[in-house]
Amino acid sequence: MLEINARSARQWSRLGSRPMLGQAILSLAETTEDLMVLSADLGRSSGLSRFRNAYPDRFVNVGIAEQNMIGVAAGLAKEGFVVFATSFAPFLSMRSSEQIRMNMGYMGLNVKAVAIGSGVSMGFLGNSHYGIEDASIMRSIPNLTVVSPADCGEIVKTIFAAAKYEGPMYIRLTGEANIPIVYEEDYHFEIGKAITLREGSEITIFANGTMVYESLEAAKLLELEGLSAGVVNMHTIKPLDTSMVDKAVASSRLLVSVEEHSVIGGLGGAIAEYKTALQNAPPQLIIGLPDSFGTVGEHRYLLEKFGLTAGQIAEAIINRHDDVLS
Amino acid sequence: MNIQRIEEMATRMRRIILDISHSCDHSAHIGGGLSIVDIMATLYGAVMQYDSKNTTWKDRDRFILSKGHGALGYYSALAAMGTIPDEVMATFQANGSDLTSHPVMNLPLGIESSNGSLGQGLSMAVGLALAAKRKGGQYRIYVLLGNGECNEGAVWEAVMAASHLKLDNLTAIVDNNGFQNDGDSCTILDCGNVEERWASFGWNACSVNGHDIKELYRVLVDRGAKSRPKVVIADTIKGKGVSFMEDTNDWHHNRLTRKYYDLAIQEVSES
Repeated sequence: MLEINARSARQWSRLGSRPMLGQAILSLAETTEDLMVLSADLGRSSGLSRFRNAYPDRFVNVGIAEQNMIGVAAGLAKEGFVVFATSFAPFLSMRSSEQIRMNMGYMGLNVKAVAIGSGVSMGFLGNSHYGIEDASIMRSIPNLTVVSPADCGEIVKTIFAAAKYEGPMYIRLTGEANIPIVYEEDYHFEIGKAITLREGSEITIFANGTMVYESLEAAKLLELEGLSAGVVNMHTIKPLDTSMVDKAVASSRLLVSVEEHSVIGGLGGAIAEYKTALQNAPPQLIIGLPDSFGTVGEHRYLLEKFGLTAGQIAEAIINRHDDVLS
Repeated sequence: MNIQRIEEMATRMRRIILDISHSCDHSAHIGGGLSIVDIMATLYGAVMQYDSKNTTWKDRDRFILSKGHGALGYYSALAAMGTIPDEVMATFQANGSDLTSHPVMNLPLGIESSNGSLGQGLSMAVGLALAAKRKGGQYRIYVLLGNGECNEGAVWEAVMAASHLKLDNLTAIVDNNGFQNDGDSCTILDCGNVEERWASFGWNACSVNGHDIKELYRVLVDRGAKSRPKVVIADTIKGKGVSFMEDTNDWHHNRLTRKYYDLAIQEVSES
């Protein structure tokens, strides 16, 4: 059993999101008899080597064939297996997008598609391997639940919750080795229920994935500037926890969304779609990856390049806040 | 197996197809529905473990219509078996109906999966067959593809997976009617010798006249070689059973007006 504490959080952070996925699956297998895990020739890259060795009968490498993987996953799910299917974010969400639509969306079959290396975490592998648009695409498919965990501890929480959750899901993993730690102790996690990590009276920041940590740090910087910003971990992009948006709309002068995803159609888009029907809602600043194929480099370098570090997020918020007030 | 009984079932299915294609008053996929009638009658009428009144039976053989536009051949088989009631059949392609141009998963009506996007059914069938292997299920998986559908690259991903996984509880059938949406398949994308292609991927492959029920029965009950999936290339005639619909693509998706319905139903009644 994997338990979140200060020590494990540090260990897991060093591992990063992909090995953590493997550990979570390995642990899940101890209690989940009907588990099946599929990979499109990225078992090792998904941290699944130990799982594959321990449970060879529950692992299927379908080869480099993502479309087939989703169909096979759906067939297994239809017969009652708890099925996880993994690949890099673009190959899963785009190469097999229509298989996901038919099998998981249309038929609602209980497959958990786990996208590894989403956002710009795949560094020098470049834009072919980045997950810039995946949340937007997956979110638009009816019946799909879309989750983007904040750190390694939340990856564990998400995988265990997903196994119990009846229904198709797209899980989006961001962050590589030394992924910043948000959670150092156990907490209550529920799919579809956002978590307030910090209270604030003037601004509410909604974030998911790696941007939860950056947003918490940004809120601290804002406090030094005399601005009170709350931070909400919106790990579930769909269904959106609209009660949390309502709360922010009632109490804040500015809403901010921060995500390691295109500014089009992700968490920011989801909040904006909901908020646009509300009366007297404050403006929203959408912070994310630009709508372009940018340069390539180490994860941290790219976050800085795209204005997604705590200091840059705080600065963007201050600028927008000044506009709003003037 | 009583051949005459299956032939009668096939005739009944053709009548149903013409009836509901006419009464729905919209274009329907008639040609590709008629081409699979004899295959479907043989499967449901004689080959498959199937209980028409208990569609969720755990040990039933599973059938996936990967060529979703063959829905008329599927619905008419389920109607002839008594699974889909007449009053539901009467709603074919009506607003809000459960029976649309492409199947929508509905186990109470015997419909195992939603299809219509080509090249996906075989992958699901691989998953179903793998699940049966893992759980020790004694049932068999049947999946029907169109020859045009085999243009889809994803079909061949699944073809490779099935032989790699040694799924000898899986039978694929290719409705090899030689046509697809835009016309003659060989001129659009020549698929060469279909049987050889599947065989070269490690499948136990054979060809059969897809309208000869005795032959269909013989190859479909034969489970083929151990550790290998089986494929039956069924050479068929698009529009089979109605002379003016046969071997033409005009009835791929067309409206069956009164005039043509009368002509067609007469031919099917006489056969």
